[in-house]
Amino acid sequence: MAWKFDSNRPIYLQLLEQIQFKILSNEYLPGEKLPSVRELATMAGVNPNTMQRALSQLEQQGIIFTNRTEGKYITTDTLRLLQMKEAFAKEMASSFCHKMKQLNYSSSELMTLISDVLKEEKL
Amino acid sequence: MNEATITSTPPLLVCKQVSKRYGTFTALAPTDLIIPKGRIVGLLGPNGSGKTTLIKLINGLITKSSGEIQVDGHLVGVESKQLISYLPDRTYLNMSNTVSSVLDMFQDFYKDFDRERAISMLDSLGISPKTRLKTMSKGTKEKVQLILVMSRNAKLYILDEPIAGVDPAARDYILRTIIQNYNPEASIIIATHLIADIEQVLDDVIFLQNGNVMLYNSVENIRMQYEKSVDEYFREVFRC
Repeated sequence: MAWKFDSNRPIYLQLLEQIQFKILSNEYLPGEKLPSVRELATMAGVNPNTMQRALSQLEQQGIIFTNRTEGKYITTDTLRLLQMKEAFAKEMASSFCHKMKQLNYSSSELMTLISDVLKEEKL
Repeated sequence: MNEATITSTPPLLVCKQVSKRYGTFTALAPTDLIIPKGRIVGLLGPNGSGKTTLIKLINGLITKSSGEIQVDGHLVGVESKQLISYLPDRTYLNMSNTVSSVLDMFQDFYKDFDRERAISMLDSLGISPKTRLKTMSKGTKEKVQLILVMSRNAKLYILDEPIAGVDPAARDYILRTIIQNYNPEASIIIATHLIADIEQVLDDVIFLQNGNVMLYNSVENIRMQYEKSVDEYFREVFRC
């Protein structure tokens, strides 16, 4: 099965996050048509009702929309997507920083570490 | 139990106080169950917990000691049997047959058998209709039998241990086939003890122990409530 899930959380939440990430990382582009619920469920190896639940939430968040006759599309509201990406990045950074503080890294050590990693891995 | 999600659609399978006794031994204690349309339900429990007894009762293969079973409004009988597509845990096919003669047999037996669908699924696996069943690997035999069962337009699919003893690739194929053939008007019951492999495909799980339903809940509710997978939860509940 292509998609991996943690065992301690509901699957629909993890589907939601994984599809969100695919959209924010431009694997699915704004305005692009999404595969059908059945196709997405098969790709992810999950229950179709669980996939439907994740998609309904994404629809409520306004990042996908349903065209009644033709299926589901990624929003073309790029401002909304940008805001979501920023919020997502901030959350990742915050979680990372908190962990590093637990390891007793000072702020300046942390900044040095990040710029070293970026250089070494040519990111 | 999340009653709202489990009972919001019309019931497909209703068991009222259904039991099975053999002399003084109770294989299944009086059991109430409602499975709505459009659900994929895992029937879980250790060996001897009553899974196969329940399945055989629903299929009308053994006689109940008490209670009532309805499949889409029909009491167990000729009509209910036509609505159920059943994959037994042991094969009943003659292994010297070819795929095409088994397709003929299904077409003769079941009005709702979609031969085209079966052939297209067999085709995508590269299985020729001329192949004899006995020349196939265990995994391929399981796939062929699942294809036959899923190619019927039934109301209730009952799969007894569909992924036992097959390799991971065959298991993935079987699970994908179950998802692809999902129909909101029908339900699927999958009896298995391999929960970890299958839980993300399920809507709900029924835990049986010593002939009693210990739990009937949705996979997502269990994960939310206990912060663990159904597999982990199951191991905890049934720890010896």
